[in-house]
Parts: sequence; C-alpha cells; structure tokens
Amino acid sequence: VLHTTRPLHTTQQSLAPVPPLPEKGGEVRHGLIPEEFFQFLYPKTGVTGPYMLGTGLLLYLLSKEIYVVNHETAAAACILTVIVYAIKKFGPNVAAFADKLNEEKMASALAMKNDTIQTLQTAIEEEKKEQWRAEGRSYLFDAKRNNIAMLLEANYRERLLTVYNEVKKRLDYQVALQNLKRQKEQDHMIQWVEKNVVQSITPQQQKESIAKCILDLKALSKSAHATV
Amino acid sequence: GPLSERPLMEVRLGELHTWASTCSFSAQGLLGAVQRAWGSYCAKYIHVKQGGPAGISMLLAGYCLLSYGWNYQHFSKASYLRNS
Repeated sequence: VLHTTRPLHTTQQSLAPVPPLPEKGGEVRHGLIPEEFFQFLYPKTGVTGPYMLGTGLLLYLLSKEIYVVNHETAAAACILTVIVYAIKKFGPNVAAFADKLNEEKMASALAMKNDTIQTLQTAIEEEKKEQWRAEGRSYLFDAKRNNIAMLLEANYRERLLTVYNEVKKRLDYQVALQNLKRQKEQDHMIQWVEKNVVQSITPQQQKESIAKCILDLKALSKSAHATV
Repeated sequence: GPLSERPLMEVRLGELHTWASTCSFSAQGLLGAVQRAWGSYCAKYIHVKQGGPAGISMLLAGYCLLSYGWNYQHFSKASYLRNS
C-alpha cells in the first residue's frame, strides 16, 4: 500500500533512501488529548488548568442540555469501559506481536542483503583467481607450440620413411629386372650351345667315341687289376 | 519567517487575522490545506514505529463529536418529546 499522504521527494535533492520512521508518535494524554494542549495552557494556568477547563466544559454541556443524557449515553459508557479495559489488558501483547512481525521482516531483508554481499565477495575472489590463472597463458601456449612442433616432426619423418621405401622398391625392381634378364640370357645361351653340340654329334662320331671309351675303360681296368 | 510560510501552531493569536488574509481560499488552496493537515497528522501519530491507541482514538473521538453535532436536532427533539 503506497501511503500517498506522506510526501516523498519533495525537495530538489531528495535523499535517496527515505528517512526512517520516528520511534514514537506525538505524546497524547489519556489517549485523546495531545500533549501540546497541556503545554499550551501550562504557562497561564499551571498543571491543573486543562483539567479544570475539561470539568467546567463538561458541567456546562450537561447543565445546558447541549449534551442530552439518553439511552445511548449508557451504551457509550459501557462500550468505552470495555474498550479501555481491553486496551489496558491486551495492548502490550499486540504491540509485542507487531514488533515481532517487524523484526522478522527486517531480519529477512538483512539476511538477503548479507547473502548478496557474500555472493559478490565470492564472485570477486573467483575473478581474482581467474586473473591469476590468465597470467599463466604463456606456459599454455608454449606447451601447445611444442605439441604442434612434435606433430609436424613426426609427420615429416613418416613421409620421409615412405619416400625412402618407395624409392628403394623401385630401385630393387630395376636391379631384379637386370638380374632376371642376365639369367635368362645365360640360360638361353647354355641351352642353345647344348642343343647345337648335341646336334653336331653325328652317329659316326658317336660310334667312334663309344669305341674310344671302351678302349679307355679296358686300359683302366688293366691298370686297376695291376694295382689290386 | 514570513507569515504565510509558518505552520498554524506557530502563528500568534494577535496575527491570526492577518494570517487568515494571506491564505488562499480557492478550492485548490483549501484542498491543499486539507491534504497537508491530514499528512501532518498521519506523520505525527500514525506512521511511527511504536504508535499507540492515540492515533485512531483521536479520529474516532472526532467522528463521535461530529456525528453528535450533525444529529443534535434529533437528540434534542427526542428528549423533549419523550418527557420521561
């Protein structure tokens, strides 16, 4: 509920937080007449002045029948007695209850404020820690650079090996090719020579060579018989 | 300070008629005066941390008196006619 009766921000430079409520209200005597009235009459009539004024006024009103006494007067008297008794008896309890409500509101608001302050403190500390962490970014970048250099080196060596293997394979192929060619030429030549030689042996020569062999064998057997 | 700027309680009895001549009796002026009076009453007796029964009881007493004043004809006529 916005109390529009209380003026807010009336001056040019209004105080940002609204000033707190006063502790106690204006003094009132007997619950009805403000203290200012008694102070107003004190210099002239002393302490009993207002009471004499009140009594005189009451008697005047009653005697002149400006205030008529009827059934409502009795009802008003009973009601007033009950109200005064109730206030005297239950006043402090109600006041304590209201104070407790106020205290709870204040405590919750204060707790909220403290919690916010605490969260902000922790946030500040976290931020400082992050700033300290950010100082180590040079180390991080060095490590990353090293990693990348190692990757490049490994890749380069892998490709070098591949190149070497490929070149060796091709050279081996060439070597094997030459060897095969020479082998084939040799074999072919041998075969050709053998074939020609076999062809050149005529039957006549074959008989002569066989006879010579038999003669050689006989000579050999004679020499063998001699040794044995 | 100047006469019109002071609150009513600080105006002396002798200066009352001069003060009455300075205040504006237009509808807006009267409305402003009523609002200010109500605001000062609230600020003094109701919007405090530890108010007592004084704030509302004065309003109720004022209402009682006003209603008695408005119905005075009825009261006086009833007492005269009842004759008991």
